[in-house]
Amino acid sequence: MKELKVQPIKDGTVIDHITPGNALKVLKILGIKEGANSVISIAMNVAGKRGRKDIVKIENRELDSKEVDKIALIAPDATINIIRDYEVVEKHRVSIPDEIVGIVRCPNPNCITNSREPIKSKFVVVSRKPLKIRCYYCGREPDMEKIESMIE
Amino acid sequence: MNFKGRDIVSIRDFTKEEIIHILNVAEKMFPIAKGEEKSELLHGYIMASLFFEPSTRTRLSFEAAMKRLGGSVIGFAQPGTTSVMKGETLADTIRTAESYCDVIVMRHPMEGSARMAAEFASVPIINGGDGAGHHPTQCLLDLFTIRKEIGSIEGKKIALVGDLKYGRTVHSLAYALALFKAEMIFIAPEQLQMPKEVVDECMKLGVEPEIANDITNIEDIDVLYVTRIQKERFPDPEEYNKVAGSYRIDMNLLKNAKDELIVMHPLPRVDEISPEVDKTKHAAYFRQTFNGVPVRMALLALVLGVVK
Ligand SMILES: Nc1ncnc2c1ncn2[C@@H]1O[C@H](COP(=O)(O)OP(=O)(O)OP(=O)(O)O)[C@@H](O)[C@H]1O
Ligand SMILES: [Mg+2]
Ligand SMILES: [Zn+2]
Repeated sequence: MKELKVQPIKDGTVIDHITPGNALKVLKILGIKEGANSVISIAMNVAGKRGRKDIVKIENRELDSKEVDKIALIAPDATINIIRDYEVVEKHRVSIPDEIVGIVRCPNPNCITNSREPIKSKFVVVSRKPLKIRCYYCGREPDMEKIESMIE
Repeated sequence: MNFKGRDIVSIRDFTKEEIIHILNVAEKMFPIAKGEEKSELLHGYIMASLFFEPSTRTRLSFEAAMKRLGGSVIGFAQPGTTSVMKGETLADTIRTAESYCDVIVMRHPMEGSARMAAEFASVPIINGGDGAGHHPTQCLLDLFTIRKEIGSIEGKKIALVGDLKYGRTVHSLAYALALFKAEMIFIAPEQLQMPKEVVDECMKLGVEPEIANDITNIEDIDVLYVTRIQKERFPDPEEYNKVAGSYRIDMNLLKNAKDELIVMHPLPRVDEISPEVDKTKHAAYFRQTFNGVPVRMALLALVLGVVK
């Protein structure tokens, strides 16, 4: 028996095992706002086998890998389940790349990436648990509690 | 060890062995830096010196280093006369400059600017300071000075005094001293103490720094490395005067010091060190400033591949 905490969907993406409390941030990072076309359901603080979690279910949209990387920053244990015709056809554990390019804006106003130069922001992962990242250019390590507001 | 074509952006890009090699090459350059020996080692090479922010010591000593080795220098000392003022990006300025030279030395107010320049340039970039960021050549000349003045770095008791919180050059220095297994004391008022990350970094390298608010036990100290406490850090001028006064290095403080103790300062100083100290052999700060020349000579010769 499938454990279904939310209504089944025919096609789309289920983001499972989101760090509890972060479902809305996930939506923000994905740029999904009110008025978006997809139907979205959220379950928060659901009891799962590995403790509590949030779940986001997006109908008729399959997430691409760049979007997945962004989610990994705030929900490192999330899985991305692609649903086609009610079945899970693909499952990915999100993984933070060693380098995070063009996703996080450096919080240091005096960092060269915040000027008009033709470069993308770039962070290197210093530690995965707990997640710590460092700006490749200025060396600043942003406060991960505020990471949501730093997503480009 | 091959340095040819390498960028000098941060001291953290180098291993301890590589740093020792740079210091050894600098030692060989010493008589040339003094003008006692002539050299044409870098004859035919051009260094571009791009200073987007004012500097006295770094710029002059780089230019002196290049010229003492027979090379030539082009560049600017402030961006006022260049197309940077018309809004040209640093990336474009670097791509222009590199077509005229063999190595670029730059100082820029934004953190990470040297790292970015290194990505755009095919000639080596030497970072002469990027805002509150890195200043690797200062760190190298500090290490060179300690080694030259007191023979070694390992096991020596080195006190970093003053503003240890802001300005990452003192953070890089602490890192490098830990790499060399120096004993360290961080002496600063509470609100200007060394950030925890830096202390942690030293611990990871196997060095546990002592943390103190006042200069005590002067008789145990080998190096007093003094930095400037900036007025701007204190909302209350009274408070500033009190704090700054208590870290002033004078003859009274030094009366119980070992003969070999040296006082260092990256300069410019305001009144952290009393002028009466200048005449004593403790005063290493002017020799330290001079040491910028042989160290920068070594770096130029190494990244240009003329010295291995
Ligand atoms: N058709 C569907 N509609 C909505 N949600 C679904 C659908 N199929 C599966 N899910 C949800 O997607 C997630 C992954 O489903 P799966 O069947 O792989 O569960 P699992 O075996 O518990 O996997 P995991 O070990 O990743 O938790 C679960 O939260 C499940 O409730
Ligand atoms: Mg499950
Ligand atoms: Zn940055």
